[in-house]
Amino acid sequence: MMDMIETKRLRPDDLPEQEFLLPGNRSCAGCSMSLYYRMALKALGKKTIITVPASCLTVLHGLYHKTSVKMNVVHTTFETTAASASGIVAALEAKGLGDEITVCGFAGDGGTSDIGIQGLSGAAERNTNFIYACYDNEMYSNTGTQRSGQTPYMAYTTTTPHGKLEHKKNMPMIMHAHGIPYIATSCSSYPQDVYAKFKKAKLFTGTRYIHTLIPCPPGWGFPTDQSIEMGRLAVKSGIFPLFEIIDGKMFLSPESERCLDPSKRLKVEEYLKLQGRFKHIQPEHIEYYQEYVDNHWNFINQFL
Amino acid sequence: MVDYKDPKSTIAAVQVPSEGEAGKTGSWRSFKPVFNPEKCILIKSEKARCHICWMFCPEVAITKSRPPTINLDYCKGCGICSTECPHGAITMKKE
Repeated sequence: MMDMIETKRLRPDDLPEQEFLLPGNRSCAGCSMSLYYRMALKALGKKTIITVPASCLTVLHGLYHKTSVKMNVVHTTFETTAASASGIVAALEAKGLGDEITVCGFAGDGGTSDIGIQGLSGAAERNTNFIYACYDNEMYSNTGTQRSGQTPYMAYTTTTPHGKLEHKKNMPMIMHAHGIPYIATSCSSYPQDVYAKFKKAKLFTGTRYIHTLIPCPPGWGFPTDQSIEMGRLAVKSGIFPLFEIIDGKMFLSPESERCLDPSKRLKVEEYLKLQGRFKHIQPEHIEYYQEYVDNHWNFINQFL
Repeated sequence: MVDYKDPKSTIAAVQVPSEGEAGKTGSWRSFKPVFNPEKCILIKSEKARCHICWMFCPEVAITKSRPPTINLDYCKGCGICSTECPHGAITMKKE
């Protein structure tokens, strides 16, 4: 499988010009989700059916009878992304179109790790042929920033006013335990990487899972023009490692390779101090957070 | 035969793709991007490859052309293009 996959680094103008996302949509200024969604749609291409639960992405799709996306999209309820994708796959297979049309479910971090996890786990167990893309803005941004299972330690949300006491749920590794053929993590700050990973996911059959970090300017509390930089800092500090798991083997992405060496990792403080949601954080919390990130890399090292 | 392009003739609720679904950006935008052609590498050199502003624009308001053009009707003024341009060819100006 590996030799089928092109590993060449893409340049910005290598990306196709065709757009499936139209300007004038309802996303916030500086929203990384619309950047990520735009890149994902470029990679998935025209022959795709997308299923979307209640999330920021539903807002981006707009109100009846207009939409800002040139794609076949099914809007579904919060917990049924993977279930509805399984239904679409079953219908396509019955019609003999299973290999021709890609099915992709896009859900937020709450819709994946809290509310939709049973549907996703069931679909992954059956190894249903679809791509599940989770965009992770680390809170329920659409409803006004409540705590989710993906919210990091000590982050302010409206339901954790003094900071969350638990760590982020490790969703890619939960999916790894299901033994599915392709798992990847990406970040919207590296659009070529997002594009390449979706292209690669299309080559596999079975359930494929892509987890993407999406910095959210109003939710995280930083200026809108820093959206890209914030994602880069998350990757460079090792808080969000970028990797792929292909048939059970883990490969680190080039952006994260330098993080293997603890001395080359940025201090987590560099990332935390720029965000309004970590304003109240104390030095002992930062120390604990740093320790957690270092331990997390020891954990990742076991799989390499 | 159901015409899926006409929302009135369909049985299910089908949405039609349209540019500017949420309307044009209103007066709430506080900064607008100003393109400085003399600094853009795509104009300076015929062979140059860049289009970083086009790639990073979340709003699809920048075209992949030489030189890139900015659609101010839909630009929300986030400033990502100005921050990411390695040549400083886009500056943000107060409205």
